[in-house]
Amino acid sequence: MNNAWWQIRRELWENRSLYLAPIGACCVFLLAFVVPLSRLPRTIREAAALDPLHQRAAIAFPYDILGGLLMGVLMLVGAFYCLDALYGERRDRSMLFWKSLPVPDLTAVLAKASIPILFLPLVTWIVTLAAWIVMLVMSTLVLSPHPANVALLWQGVAIGPRSLLLLYHLLTVHSLYLAPIYGWLLLVSAWARRATFVWAFVPPVAIASMERLAFGTTFFAHLLLDRLGGNGMDAVVAHGTFPMDPHTHVTPIRFLLSPGLLGGLVIFSLCVMAAVRLRRDRSAI
Amino acid sequence: MTATVEAKALRKTFGSTVALDGFDLRVDEGRIVGLIGPNGAGKTTALNAILGLLRCEGDVRVLDRDPWSERERLMQEVCFIADVAILPRWIRVSQLLDYVAGVHPRFDRAKSESFLAKTTIKRTSRVRELSKGMVTQLHLAIVMAIDARLLVLDEPTLGLDILFRKQFYDSLLNDYFDHSRTILVSTHQVEEIEHVLTDVVFIDRGRRVFECSMDELESRYAEVMVKPENAEAARALKPMQERQLLGRTAFLFEGASRQQLAALGEVRTPSIADLFVAVLGGPR
Repeated sequence: MNNAWWQIRRELWENRSLYLAPIGACCVFLLAFVVPLSRLPRTIREAAALDPLHQRAAIAFPYDILGGLLMGVLMLVGAFYCLDALYGERRDRSMLFWKSLPVPDLTAVLAKASIPILFLPLVTWIVTLAAWIVMLVMSTLVLSPHPANVALLWQGVAIGPRSLLLLYHLLTVHSLYLAPIYGWLLLVSAWARRATFVWAFVPPVAIASMERLAFGTTFFAHLLLDRLGGNGMDAVVAHGTFPMDPHTHVTPIRFLLSPGLLGGLVIFSLCVMAAVRLRRDRSAI
Repeated sequence: MTATVEAKALRKTFGSTVALDGFDLRVDEGRIVGLIGPNGAGKTTALNAILGLLRCEGDVRVLDRDPWSERERLMQEVCFIADVAILPRWIRVSQLLDYVAGVHPRFDRAKSESFLAKTTIKRTSRVRELSKGMVTQLHLAIVMAIDARLLVLDEPTLGLDILFRKQFYDSLLNDYFDHSRTILVSTHQVEEIEHVLTDVVFIDRGRRVFECSMDELESRYAEVMVKPENAEAARALKPMQERQLLGRTAFLFEGASRQQLAALGEVRTPSIADLFVAVLGGPR
């Protein structure tokens, strides 16, 4: 356990982009949020005239955009991190130093796998929540001459349920549902001697193309795209709505028992075990 | 005497290249063994097999463990310096000390700090900001603070200037080595370590071609500087090697009587380099 903690700390020392990228993206968004803030009273007044569903959507629009932006950053940072996690230490030969210490390969690889699966979703949640609070405070100050508008804003954003739904979405879709994708990228990182990016993306594209040519079907391509887009999972009932909408009905038990998730977790475990084996067998490049 | 390292009939191939071809090695506790060989002789492959970094055919036992299947446990008692380039370049000195202290139960941070205090290395520096010599000092400061039973050094001073090289081996002998510890070192810079070694092993084409303790070397081998008029008499004693040196001929003998050799010229104990050339200096 102690070793695992130090492995994760090591990853964070080495890959500062894991937390700097979401913080940076968030700062840029906040700057863009401040500029049109003077128009907020008019936006709220216009939203007040809408039905409750559209009212909430209009008021919470920038909050949803920020959430979506940081989820995109999470996926990008997670993918690039995984592709370099085991390849980088072989390329710069630092693997020989890490292996000169009494840390099992399993611990080292699991610590790396925990970054996109646990650390990044949690960082994304914390950064998003902090930014939402900043946005709410700034909006409240702008709207303070009209307390009714402030109430409407807080009601529309519903930061409590929204943040919990965001955490649920991050842990289900971005952590568990995408786990096989991260597992595959880690496996490529442990295996490839060069051009990890090409090795990561060419085989799936080749399989999809061969399927199309041989059988005229697009099953594999859809499987991948659905997985990347979070479609077809059973974590929520109201498909098509934004996952942080406070009226979304979550179905965690159905999600945890769904064949799509369980199959993905099996693939993730196989990829991680193969990566552990490769880390043990492979020498520095 | 207890064997710290025992390797028998190690064989490793990379494609069609044979890196180890039945390599045998025994290193007893408390010895400082030099593994010496030309480029591509299989030194690094042998050391990697001993450290459990590479799977080989044959048997290897290190501190009575199988290094391949018990690498993590073994690394609690074995330290390893591959060469100056393996410390991660992005890490800060303080982070490196924190990390090793966190994962290694036998690491004494205070000891490491006291070694570093004798250098100009700043705790806030990243490894990439340090010179080659400083990186070696840093690595040595870490390794010397680990209470290990076996230290494996693979070309540890490669690319360093003579001052750093001398400092490295002086620190190793004065501050690290005691007779319960064992050191296995491979290097090309034979002259600098021969006064440190207790044993020497030559490796060539993946095989052990020569093995001798330094005490034995002194009693078994002799080099004689022979004047031209005595050259024929020297040749009659069947020397291992003959070479021309400043108008004289140097003959290297194995097992010859020193008294008998003294009659031919000035007798001295050959250096490891001389012996290396004699053993491996034939056509390649």
